[in-house]
Amino acid sequence: MSIDWQTFRLTLELAITVSAILVAVGLPIAYWIAFSAWRWKFLVESVIALPIVLPPTVLGLYVLVALGPYSPLGRWWISLTGHTLAFTFAGLVIGSILYSLPFAVQPIAAAFAAVDRRIIAASATLGASPLRTFFRVTAPLSLPGILTGIALSFAHTMGEFGVVLMVGGNIPGVTRTVSIDIYDRVQASDYTGANQTAVLLLLLCFALLATVYGLHRRAWIFGPVK
Amino acid sequence: MNPLARANRFVTLTLLVCAVSCPARIWPQESKSAAELTIAAAADLSSALPEIAQRYEKRSGVKLRLSFGASGALTQQIQNGAPFDLFFSADMDYPRQLIASGTADSATLYQYAVGRLVLWTPANSPLDPQHQGMKALLDPSVQKIAIANPEHAPYGRAAVAALKQSGIYDQIKDRLVLGENVSQAAQFVESGNAQAGFVALAHAAAPTMEGKGKYWIVPPDTYPPLAQGVIVVSRSQRKKEAKDFLEYLQSPEISQLLVKYGFTISAK
Repeated sequence: MSIDWQTFRLTLELAITVSAILVAVGLPIAYWIAFSAWRWKFLVESVIALPIVLPPTVLGLYVLVALGPYSPLGRWWISLTGHTLAFTFAGLVIGSILYSLPFAVQPIAAAFAAVDRRIIAASATLGASPLRTFFRVTAPLSLPGILTGIALSFAHTMGEFGVVLMVGGNIPGVTRTVSIDIYDRVQASDYTGANQTAVLLLLLCFALLATVYGLHRRAWIFGPVK
Repeated sequence: MNPLARANRFVTLTLLVCAVSCPARIWPQESKSAAELTIAAAADLSSALPEIAQRYEKRSGVKLRLSFGASGALTQQIQNGAPFDLFFSADMDYPRQLIASGTADSATLYQYAVGRLVLWTPANSPLDPQHQGMKALLDPSVQKIAIANPEHAPYGRAAVAALKQSGIYDQIKDRLVLGENVSQAAQFVESGNAQAGFVALAHAAAPTMEGKGKYWIVPPDTYPPLAQGVIVVSRSQRKKEAKDFLEYLQSPEISQLLVKYGFTISAK
């Protein structure tokens, strides 16, 4: 067996980091999208949905150039950390967050919007603060949507390729993810190794998704009853 | 006619139109009318080959379609049936692999040039590769050094060999970042994300790069020669046109052009 376990550990770390940050960032954004009455809200929604249609090469280009050492933003980052975003794990995390943002925000926003407003109003009339209402009423009722958002952003990051190829620099243990490893093996005629790695990735992703969707079903059946 | 039936008829019609027109989209070479050659070329030719192609089109009327990539990556594509007529590799091994697997015609293999490896830094860099040579890489300001991926790019292998030969490989190997091919390695340096990189002289000396950087030609005896081979793909339907183009490549006009772009023409 010639599986490079380091790439699997790295890819899992990347996917976990990105989906954790996306939940934290995605919840308030989704809440705002679901409940704001602002007339121009659709513009923000469009910006958030952009990565779905944008090729990863565009994001890669921006991380390299707009966040590179010749831009003010890039120089600020360098003065902060001492190195460029490209070729670092942090660079991959930022690229992936932008790339997967709609996959986290959209299901969560849809779930929030589907919560019966009368229940939220009832919670408020009973004296609960908006924050308490959110954590005791809105969020628990939206759990399936939140889980879907986490699962999708996780899966999307696991399978990410274009952004990583453009900004990663293929450094073992830092930016060489499973998808890059598979690509390299195919280019170097190592079909056996590529196949073993690909099968393992498939099984792993299936197991993870099946676990989440299994939980999802339970949430549908028992969640609202509790 | 009720709306459902109308919608149905519309869908049927659309499907019919697709069925008739799609094969032409999927297999464009069947509808090729004018003579056309599809060429896969190593990334170090990305400046020189378009100019050669332009001259040849004017002269012969044959249209050349160019795709650039790492030689190893292109070899994979050709082995798996990519519809190329000609393959320009940055070494002689990949064409030989294609001959061994029966995907290229051994009689057509021709060494058109020898590539040169250079150490390249941006113009505003504090480093002075022309005078310091490899030692420039030991400067603490060099955090990342871009090379092409040695797994499938000949220039990457040459860079690793030259670094090992100079004895500093172990000191700098943690700072290496790998480009998909030698063009991406150049782009990593050009965008400022890497402070130095090993690229093709053909990139560093290209007219579009003038004034953007400083380079040092790595002594050619410190790495295996980047002898570049071109070969006709066995599956090609345009062998006659491909061979005519190969003949044109051997003319003094093209040799001069290749030299201008930083290649060396070896005496055969």
